[in-house]
Parts: sequence; structure tokens; C-alpha cells
Amino acid sequence: MVHALRNIHTLKDHFKESQLYLSRAIIAAILVFIVLTTLTIRLVYLQISQHDVYKTLSLNNQVRIVPITPTRGLIFDRNGVLLAENMPAFSLELTPERTPNIDDTLKTINDIMPLTDTERQQFYKQLKYKRRNESIPIRIKLSEEEVAKFSVEKHRIPGVDIVARLIRHYPFGENLAHALGYIGPISEKDLTQINTANYRGTYNIGKIGVEKFYEDALHGVTGYQHIEADAKGRTIRVLNRIPPVSGKDLYLSLDNRLQSAATEALKDLKGAIVAIDPNNGEVLALVSNPAFDPNLFTQGIDVQTYAALQNSPDRPLFNRAIRGQYPPGSTVKPMVALQGLELGTVTPQFQIFDPGWYKLNGVGRMYRDWIYFARRHGHGTVDMEKAIAQSCDTYFFTLAHKLGVKHLHNIFTRFGLGKITNIDTTGEASGLAPNADWKKRVYKDDWYPGDTLNIGIGQGMLLATPLQMAQVAAILANRGQGFEPRFMMAIGVDETHTPIKQNAKTIPTITLKQDANWDIIIKGMQKVVQPGGTANRISHGLTYTVAGKTGTSQVFNLKQHEKYEVNKIKAYLRDHSWFIAFAPVEKPQIALAVLVENKYKKTGADVARIVLDSYFHSKSAIVTSEEIDDGDDESEVGGEENSGEENVSE
Amino acid sequence: MFRSKRSFISKIHLDWPLLIGIILISALGIIILYSAKPETDVIQKQGFRLMLACGVMVFIAQIPPRFFSGIAPWLYGIALVMLISVLVMGHISKGGQRWLDLWFVRFQPAELMKLAVPLMVAKYFNDNTLPPKASMLFMPLAFILIPVLLIAKQPDLGTALLILSSGLLVIFFSGISWKILFSLASLVTLCLPPLWFFMRDYQRQRVLVLLDPERDPLGSGYQIIQSKIAIGSGGLYGKGWLNGTQSNLEFLPERTTDFIFAVFSEEFGLVGCLILLLLYLYIIIRGIYISVQAQNTFGRLLAGSLVMTLFVYVFVNIGMVTGILPVVGIPLPLVSYGGTSLVTLMASFGILMSIHTHRTLLAK
Repeated sequence: MVHALRNIHTLKDHFKESQLYLSRAIIAAILVFIVLTTLTIRLVYLQISQHDVYKTLSLNNQVRIVPITPTRGLIFDRNGVLLAENMPAFSLELTPERTPNIDDTLKTINDIMPLTDTERQQFYKQLKYKRRNESIPIRIKLSEEEVAKFSVEKHRIPGVDIVARLIRHYPFGENLAHALGYIGPISEKDLTQINTANYRGTYNIGKIGVEKFYEDALHGVTGYQHIEADAKGRTIRVLNRIPPVSGKDLYLSLDNRLQSAATEALKDLKGAIVAIDPNNGEVLALVSNPAFDPNLFTQGIDVQTYAALQNSPDRPLFNRAIRGQYPPGSTVKPMVALQGLELGTVTPQFQIFDPGWYKLNGVGRMYRDWIYFARRHGHGTVDMEKAIAQSCDTYFFTLAHKLGVKHLHNIFTRFGLGKITNIDTTGEASGLAPNADWKKRVYKDDWYPGDTLNIGIGQGMLLATPLQMAQVAAILANRGQGFEPRFMMAIGVDETHTPIKQNAKTIPTITLKQDANWDIIIKGMQKVVQPGGTANRISHGLTYTVAGKTGTSQVFNLKQHEKYEVNKIKAYLRDHSWFIAFAPVEKPQIALAVLVENKYKKTGADVARIVLDSYFHSKSAIVTSEEIDDGDDESEVGGEENSGEENVSE
Repeated sequence: MFRSKRSFISKIHLDWPLLIGIILISALGIIILYSAKPETDVIQKQGFRLMLACGVMVFIAQIPPRFFSGIAPWLYGIALVMLISVLVMGHISKGGQRWLDLWFVRFQPAELMKLAVPLMVAKYFNDNTLPPKASMLFMPLAFILIPVLLIAKQPDLGTALLILSSGLLVIFFSGISWKILFSLASLVTLCLPPLWFFMRDYQRQRVLVLLDPERDPLGSGYQIIQSKIAIGSGGLYGKGWLNGTQSNLEFLPERTTDFIFAVFSEEFGLVGCLILLLLYLYIIIRGIYISVQAQNTFGRLLAGSLVMTLFVYVFVNIGMVTGILPVVGIPLPLVSYGGTSLVTLMASFGILMSIHTHRTLLAK
């Protein structure tokens, strides 16, 4: 009885649940009916109503869909000089779907025209990534003789065709390698980041630089056509054709004439030049030397050549202009001086006496002025103008100490140090504008007054790229108004075939309480390139006005009592030479930064003079000094926290 | 009277009607596979897989349902650990996603999940009173979504979709109120626009291609166009076995696997298609009948979910091949070439049979 009761209780519960389930099962069954009916209707539509249409299609279904690759946009400089073009070439290509045995086919081809190992490597690499019904290039540029030879033999090699293609060519090669970047074969990694539907039939993609940044615009839209083919795959006729949309042409702000002059000026040197139009941020020239031939990359570079470039101690693949991070040295002094005036820490008339060194609060370690190493005495009595013109370290040690790290960090970041400039290319480095929080976070160490002295003269942990320093020069030239640096002037053309201009992007303007402070700084910078200034050597025969600032980027740290002797230090440990400048001073048209690694033969100022002369069409004598004149040059030595390691980092 | 009629088949816990349906569809599958790829090696392989899968089915049918409910958490746990380790190992070596690569079948942890998820969710509801309240949905949803997200990351969208639906089906069968069901659905709908917002441009393009294959006329768009030509040209009676031109001329991509239904339609026409659909309908209805007859909630929910998942397979595959659904990689059950999912499918038939044949006498 008890047993029965318990059963009833559980049965009741079960009954309710099973009823609930039954109702749901019925709904599910109804759903199944509805859906299967829908599928049946669809099948009736396809197989009965549309049967004739599809039957016809199937009867002449020798129809293949073939992608039509859009023509990649061209790249011009600001004067319409073609910097990246497409050159027609015949290539030998193999379609795996139509090839019975790929290895045998390659052997047959090898008998007709011997293939190199690189070509084989590239072929098998692309075979891995290839998409259905796409052909893979075996040899890209066939000579006329090869075309003729192969055409005769073609019938016995199914699946292999001679295809006319456009291949990318950079007529100026090395000159523009770092400015333009290059394209290369689409890799597996690229495939995960692109809309593959739009890349059928396309083998190349922008890999780096402007070519990568503007990939979407340059590439265009892939078209396709339905082709009726016979059993052997030969085209009988084209049924319908959706034309591709060509990539847009780019009009860059680069001035190829200036770019060539800048490249020439850096010849045999390691370094970088960035020239900007301060009125809108347009990049006029961007050079990093040594460079490489971008044409090597367009069809896939072979392993040996790439390894040679990659392992070269001169690092030709490294874009020093936007990725090289160096202590900016004394080129920061105009910014420090500006901050001093702005905050009222010093007046233009404020003077110090420089004995050749500085001591914190007058005691302890000696922070020596660069001039002390050269001449064993100081700058004497120094005011702000003289401090900038002669790059007096003792003055700026004093000022930096008065300002403190917070205000130094503030002015550096307002001029864009420590963050990327947002230039329209790939791989830009941010540099570093350190402060106490940063040091605490990264080094778990306190900020010492010595650190402040170091960054006050642009050494120590402060790092900037040549691009950032060119930007600093541009902002100084424009009295606080800055623009994002950019290569792009116009993308594509409108109906009247006029290039569509892109607007300049402003960045937050540095506004001062007293605009006159700009004049004081700029006047000091003008004195730099006049007799008595640190860049006196380039003052001879100037036909335009220049405001500039020299700088030395420390690579190697001296001990307390050592003398810096150029000849005794190994080449790669020598200091780097900086120069920032803008001209003409009254109405600036060009602002630039030059970095010469391991100061050799020419200083940054010498190189800058050549570039500026070229810009202003000046015929004045170009300074061609073979030796560095110690007297006019500077070599700062920073404080004790300075590490002896190479400060250049990627 | 009833017991005396018990045949050998029922003695070894198999279900006659279900078995007939399975054999018929598998036979059609082998026939059409031979047309899609007339190579004896391929047919041998598939035949071998079918036999192995049948063995698995017979073996599982012997196990009483009680046992499944007991091992559900263990099975789920093991499958989850394997899934995670596959994902971690997959980052290290590319081949890491497959675990056991035999000649005829490849084992993937995701396959185990196809069974583990409905088992786990059904067990959870069985241990609670039904219909469930909204608060009772948290655990089951976690059981479902964790493996689904892991598998979608692999990325195996088709399998993830199947596992998602198998779990959601259990929730549906648990008798959850329509109100909760609809609010759940609207919640999911609300989540979609922000997801779109966070996607990169090329990812959006891929979703768009998935929804509208015509956007990629050379990829999935091409597949759809070709499969529609194959199906449409089949007409009422079809072109006859081995006479399909589209597949022979190799116009039809993936014709042995996901798109095998197109080959079938071309050669056997609308009549053949309807027969195949009726066979599937027959299996599904038999499955639903088995689930209704089950003696406890666990058996009902599990059987219901398994059989409706089979239906999802059929629907999504045929819908995709006929061009009304996006192209996701889901095979046609028992027909498509490939052993991995076949074994899992047969195992789920085994579970259905076990549920049906292990009922206690009292209930009969």
C-alpha cells in the first residue's frame, strides 16, 4: 500500500513532465514537416520551374569563372613624377587543377628552360596558399626568346600557360625604398587579414610602408568573367564580364628631386633625413640610408638575398627615419628654453657663468659641458640666445634643474615626443619621453636630479625618431601650429581628372602666454648657423635664412675623467650627429631633421645644408669637408645614470 | 504474446524500424558516392567506416541509459579538457587539431562534445523539477556556450552550430516557458549589432559572403551557382546514375562531402530527392516516437535532442546546397564522405536504441 502510494506520487510527477514533453515533441514534429516542405518547394522550384534554365546552363557548362585582377594604382610624387608603376610582362603559370602531375610538369618545363632553385622555392610556397582554379607563376618575366620557345612546346604541357601580367616596378629603386615600402606575394598571414573574395587572381599585396598603408585604395576591386571553354580549357568566348575597378592612383607630397638630393647627401653615411612642409605636414623627403632595392621584393625575394639584407651590420632594411630611436641630444634645447620662458623660470636676459661644468647645488659630481672636452674651458657668461647658439650645456643643466622633470616632460610631449606622429605609413616607432612615473614603473627606481639634467640636454632615457624631430622643427617653424605629417596629397581623380586633394590634419597647437617667446628661441636658432654658432660651418654663402639646432646623440659613455677623442673610438661607438632646421625663417617652407649615425665625414648640419640648397635651388658652394672640425663641433657627456649601451633601439 | 515475437534484433537491443531507415540511407549514400568519385578505394574506405560506425552503434545500444546519465559529467569534463588542450596545442603545431588519425576515421574532441553536451544538459534537467525556471538556465547555458565558443575558435563553424543547437534543443524540450524562450532569443538578437561594430572590415566582408555567397562569385558563390546548376538540371527524374555531367566534369566542388546532395539531385531528380527526404522524415519521426515513449525525463530530453540535431543536419546541409542557407561546413548525415561525424552520428542512434530497448517491463 505504502509502496503504491509512493508510486502514485512519482507517477504523477512523471506524468506531468511527460505531458509537457509530448506537447513540445508535437511542436517539433510540426516544425520538421514545415521545414521539409520548404525544402521540397525549393527543390520543385529548382528542378521543375527552373529546370530549363539550369539544363541549358549545364549543357554548355564549360563555363568557368575567371577573376580579372584590377590594375594597382600608380604612385606619383608632388610634381607628377612616377614613383611606382606597373610594367607589362609575360609570365609562365601553372594551374594545378588542370595539371595531371605537377612535379613531372616542372621537369618538362625545366628541360625547355632551366628553372632556378629560387623559382622552385617560390612556386611550392605559393602552391600551399593557392586558392581553387588559380594559376601559380613559375617564372615572372619571360624573355621574348623564352616566350617563343615555350609557345612551340605548349601543347605537350597541359595546365601551363603564358599569361600577360602587370608587375610592380619602382624606377628609383633604393632612393625611395623606405619612403614607399614595397609589395610582395600574399602570405598566409596576409590571407587572414584581407577580404579574400577581393583578392582572387591577385598575387601581391602591400607589405610595408605607403604601399601597405594605402593597400585598400591601391588594390581596387577584382572583377570576373564567365568564360566558355572547351574540354581542354581553351577559351571559346567570354559570356559576361564584370569589369574590375582599378586601384586609385596616389599623389604623394614627396618631391623626388629633393628626395634624390637627400639620398645623395647621405651617400656612404648611415642615417636618416626627414623634410616636412611646416605649413601642412606634407613630407617632402624621407630617406633612410643604407637602403635596399624594393624591386627585389615584388616577386618574392629568395632566401639568400633576404638573409644577406637581414644580417648586414648596416641594417639596410631598418627604416631609421621612422623606426630609429635615438637620444635627440641638444636638438631639444629650443623646447627646454621655450618652457623656461613660458613658465617664467628664466628671462631672456638671465645669465649664468659657465666654467665648463655644472655641479648640482654646487657640490658633488661634475656634469661637464661639451666645450670642456674640446677646449678645456667653459662658455663664459651665457644668456639664453648664446646658450642656444653655442649649445651651452651648463646653461641648460641649470635651466633643467630649475624646471624639473615634470615641466620638461610636459614640453616634450606637447611637441609630440614619446608618441607616434600618426604618419600615413607602417611601423612608426613612438620614441620615449620619460618621467618619474615611467622610471618607477619600468626600472623600479626613483627619478634622480641627474636624470633631469640628462634629459634637459636630450640624453639619457629620452629617445626620438628623425621623423619626430622633423615634426619638432616644423612646429617651431610654425610657432606652435602643427600638422600630422603625411605622404598623401591626393588619392584618385575626380570626373575632371583632377587629383582629389586630402586635407591636412592639425594637431593641438602649442599656445604661449607670450608669442614673443617664439621669436627669442628662433633668433637663438638662427645664431646657430651664424659665426659663433655650433653650425657655423654651414653659414658660408647661404642665400636664404635658416634657423637650426645641432645635436649629438651619445652612443658611448665616457668615464668621469676621460677625454672624448674621435680617432680613438671605434667607428660604431662614435656619437650620432643631429641637425634640425627650418627655412626661410621669415616664412618657413621646409622643416627638416637629419641624423648621421657615428658622425663620419659629414655632420648632420652639412647634410642639411645640401638638402636645403637643393630645395632652394641655390648654386652656392656645398660644404664638402672631409674631416670633422672638433672646434665647432659639440659632444655632450651626460650624467652618471647614463648607460654605456648603445642608445639606438628599434 | 508480444514477448514471443521478440526477434534476435530486439534481443541485442536494436530498433528494427530505425535500423531499416539507417541501412537504406547509407546504401543510397554509397551508391551516390560511387558516382561522385568512382574509385574503389574511396568506396572501400566509406564501407569500412560504416561498418565501424555500426559496431559502435550496436555496442552503445547494449548500455542501459542509466549509465549514460552517470557518466555524463565525466564525459563532458574529459571532452572539455581535450578541447582546451587541442586549442593550446593547435597554437604550437598546426596538426594539433586532429588527435587520432587512422586510415578510415579521424578522432576530434569536438565530436565527443556533440554527445557530451546534450547528455550533460539532459542530466541537469533530469536532476531538477520541470518546467525549469529562468534561474535554472544559467548552468545549462554555460555547459553549451563554453564548448561552442572553443570550437568556433578552431574555427569549425559547422560543428559549433550543431552543438549549439543540440544543447538549445534540450532546453526547448525541457518545457521552458515560451516567455523565457523569447526573451532569450531577443537577448541574442540584441547582442548582434555591437558584435558587428567590433569586427574588422575584412571580418565583416566574410560574414557578408556567408550570408550572401554572390558577393564572392569565385569562392562560395561559385559553389552555390554550380550546385544549383547540378540540382536544377536534374529535373523530375534525373539524368540517371553515373550520368551526371556536372560532377563528372568536375565543375562541382566538394562533391563527395558537403555538396554530395547536388550530385544526388542531378542523377536521381526530384523523385530521388523526395525519396531521400521521406527516408530522413521517417527516421526523425521514429526518433521522436522513441523519445516520447522514453520512461524518464533524461531519456526523453536526450532522445529528443539527438533526433532533432539530425534534423538540423539535414536541413542545414540541403538548405545550403540548394542556396537558401549560408555555406557552413555541415555534411549530409549518412551520405557525405567522411568518417569523423559518421561515428558520432551512429553513436547517437545507438543511444536512441538503448533508450527504447531498455524500458522496464512495468512501463510496457
